[in-house]
Amino acid sequence: MLRLVARRLLWSVPLVLAAAAVSFIAVGLLPGDAARSLLGQNATEEQLQQARHQLGLDLPLWEQYWHWLTNALQGDLGTSLISRTPVVDELNSRIGASLSLIIGATLLAAVVGIALGVRGARRGRIGRLVDTVSVIGLAVPDFWLGLILVVVFAVELQLFPPNGYVDPLEDPIGWASSLVLPVITLAVPAVAIIAKQTRDAVATALDRPFVRTLRAAGISDRSILFRHALRNAAIPILTVVGLVFVGALSGTVAVEFIFAIPGLGSTAVQATAAHDFPLIQGVVVYFTLIVIVVNLAVDLAYGYFNPRVRLT
Amino acid sequence: MTENSVLSEPIATLVVSETSDTPHVTTARPHWARSLLRQPRGFTAVTYLALLVLAGLLASSIAPFPPDQQSLAEVLQGPSSSHLLGTDTLGRDVLSRLLYGIMPSLQNSLIALVVFLVLGIPVGIIAGYRGGRFDAIVGRVTELMLAVPPIILVLVVLGVFSSSPPAAMVTLAVLAAPGLVRVVRGATLAVREELFVTAAKVAGVRPARIMATHVLRRVLGPILAQATVFAGVTLAVQAALAFLGLLSSDAPTWGGMIGEASTVITETSWLLIPPGVILAVTVLALGLLGDTIRDLTSGEAANSARPGRRSRRAAAARAGTQAESREALAQDTRSSRAPADEGSLGAGSDALLEVRHLAVTTAGSQPITLVDDATFVIHPGEVVGVVGESGCGKSVTALAVLGLLPEGLSASAGQVIFHGTDLVAGGSAAYRPVRGSGMGYVAQDALGSLDPSHTIGSQLMEVIAVHEDTSKAQRRARAIELLEQVKIPDPERVLRMYPHEISGGMAQRVNIAIALAGRPQLLVADEPTTALDVTVQGEILRLLRDLQQSTQMAVLLITHDWGVIAGIADRAVVMYAGEVVERADVQTLFTHPRFPYTAALLAAEPSLAAESSRLPTLPGRVPPPGSWPTGCRFASRCAFARDQCTQGPIPLLAVSGQSDTRCIRIEELVSEGAMPR
Repeated sequence: MLRLVARRLLWSVPLVLAAAAVSFIAVGLLPGDAARSLLGQNATEEQLQQARHQLGLDLPLWEQYWHWLTNALQGDLGTSLISRTPVVDELNSRIGASLSLIIGATLLAAVVGIALGVRGARRGRIGRLVDTVSVIGLAVPDFWLGLILVVVFAVELQLFPPNGYVDPLEDPIGWASSLVLPVITLAVPAVAIIAKQTRDAVATALDRPFVRTLRAAGISDRSILFRHALRNAAIPILTVVGLVFVGALSGTVAVEFIFAIPGLGSTAVQATAAHDFPLIQGVVVYFTLIVIVVNLAVDLAYGYFNPRVRLT
Repeated sequence: MTENSVLSEPIATLVVSETSDTPHVTTARPHWARSLLRQPRGFTAVTYLALLVLAGLLASSIAPFPPDQQSLAEVLQGPSSSHLLGTDTLGRDVLSRLLYGIMPSLQNSLIALVVFLVLGIPVGIIAGYRGGRFDAIVGRVTELMLAVPPIILVLVVLGVFSSSPPAAMVTLAVLAAPGLVRVVRGATLAVREELFVTAAKVAGVRPARIMATHVLRRVLGPILAQATVFAGVTLAVQAALAFLGLLSSDAPTWGGMIGEASTVITETSWLLIPPGVILAVTVLALGLLGDTIRDLTSGEAANSARPGRRSRRAAAARAGTQAESREALAQDTRSSRAPADEGSLGAGSDALLEVRHLAVTTAGSQPITLVDDATFVIHPGEVVGVVGESGCGKSVTALAVLGLLPEGLSASAGQVIFHGTDLVAGGSAAYRPVRGSGMGYVAQDALGSLDPSHTIGSQLMEVIAVHEDTSKAQRRARAIELLEQVKIPDPERVLRMYPHEISGGMAQRVNIAIALAGRPQLLVADEPTTALDVTVQGEILRLLRDLQQSTQMAVLLITHDWGVIAGIADRAVVMYAGEVVERADVQTLFTHPRFPYTAALLAAEPSLAAESSRLPTLPGRVPPPGSWPTGCRFASRCAFARDQCTQGPIPLLAVSGQSDTRCIRIEELVSEGAMPR
């Protein structure tokens, strides 16, 4: 198990480097001119030169990357071009909101999705319902769903605030209330995916021979379903929960924008619109790190659920 | 104890019938394009998408207004006859804007699709076909690329190429292509070893040509399925980016329209509906189309979208009989119930288990009978063997007795009377108190019968807890005692082990221990030694015999192995084509078989034959369920069959007070000397 974790951690180093490199290639190698998109069409050549120098764009690409990398390893991801604050400070102040959203959405989706999936595995009609719901849940765009929720629950019913984010330390109830709609928005497609995967995996487990042995020995249907079938279905379900977490991370881009939540996703949108490259690059690194941590957590959980993995 | 020629014969025929079936599967390509339109899902999706494209192409002629014609006198109007979908914040016609928005969206998606396919297909095919180092590198790179959320890198690119839809689409395609590479590689790997590819190789066709023609043709299905789903993704991403104001466009876009609508949601929410619904429905149609293509091209029937049902049906078919064929399933069955006859083994009040005229049929509008008229009795402490070839309904009978038939099969007639209670009539409520403590069960698949995710101790102790309300320490002591009872050395250590850490023979001992945990009066063992190593088979059989003698439990033993019958059973029931054809005590059965099938099986058994003699074989095979003849079901294979054998149903009759048989000619045959006197 330890070896597995070590191997995974080692493998994540090139991942971060590659993700950062890809964004460098995007900025540097592509025929676009970052300085011009930053300053607009009316900028003078002198202003452009200055901007390129400031961004380090006048250096060869590998040198830019090396500079960025050596600084990054010391925890310095540069300075935001717009706010002039260090990227790390900016993102650290915003990661809490994003994590609240993503973790909330993943937990909600896991609970509802697994419950639906387990019921679907047992009975035919609910199984078909899960199929239909999951197909529709996946087709509805998250940002549109978010707006509909705002219309219904914030504008019409006035149950929840339409937007904004409250610090949990200042006002825990306000914090929870501000998260309800965005969390549901992110969770809907995730519920669909998890329910479908759970249903298939539990149905497969219920078809395995040990289920008959347990039933013959007098074990209750309840224990067979939850203690045995669900547990044997845990690996595919976990895999999909990991994917859902990463999906929710991508979803924050639009959802934080709609609900005006100061998180990583809305930062990425603002930074893109303002051509704030150091800030976007910082978001890329944060996103990649989050993905790595999640994948590692999923791997560790595999070990818990599959005794065979634990040995290696 | 080895399989004899009689028993392996049906398997050989099964293999032949399967190979003759394969062309249906391998020539799937021309099939699915047509069957796609025959499916309601596929037809709806294709029709919708075709109409959408048509509407987009004709937008300038069918749209009632130019997309940008403002009318500040008519802002934010709801649907009306002049504006079918209402007007927006500037009084522009919503329907017209939707129509004009189709083509730009589709063009952007097309750019993404082309890049996606151009990158994904060749890399995937080459990686799958060539393997080796190229494959390894591709594998690593795809893993790497799939780990970063694509949307964030699309934003990076949009930071450089301000608001450029093609740049966003190309980036998205590049980042999504590894997903296609994986699928194509997998499909290519599967195709690579197939006959026609090997044939092309032998014929000297160049690899590039094989890949570009033969392989590509066959992996087209998975590619199309992926491409369709990806097309949906590109539409959704475009809309999201336009909504966020990160894409520029001269024409109206659906995402942009949703963005404009979102600025006035406190005044009206209607504007959200048209663009949102058309976007969702389009993505839905592409998703359904992709699903349908995937189902059709994976060689599965349409119902593979519901795996639960399919696997249940497959399980039912497996449990039913291994020799049954599809044609047999399609045919109807005639119920040919033999008149009841309790014979020499009539119902006694001292019987532990009494199975009377038990029938098992499949569910559905055309039920197929797998077992009819299984009738036998087990007394306390008695070992009864049920013997016959594969596909005779032995296992189905055992599962019906246990009330554990797979979904799709049910006991449709007859009785299973255990301790005076009819369990078939009582249903699951009647079975509940019997499970484990009344009847124990040992299956053929020793390792598969243990839950791989729990330790031996955990499973054993859970079963003990069902039957005894005791402390954890007492359950542990009982678990150790049970493992000792099945002669497992070092039980303390085995309790902590997982099923994958023990051997098949050890696993079967654990299964027996689990079955014994409730101190059952009847142990149902379904081929308990068949799947084990030959050396272990004897040990397990001896263990079962010793346990039976020490606990005085009754045993119902399902086997095709006469050696097992001879070694352990008191009486035997011979089954053929879903019915009991002979019942007798084991001694009588071996020396004086009273049904030609029994005699033929015994004659073909190598362990019983004289060493020098050539083994006779039993020609033909067991008729599959659904194609049973009216009269004697063995008649077509019987050397002594006459017209009278096929006239009508034959009851089970007692002969000479020792056996019950379904052979109406038995007295003639015995007096002629064709069967031992």
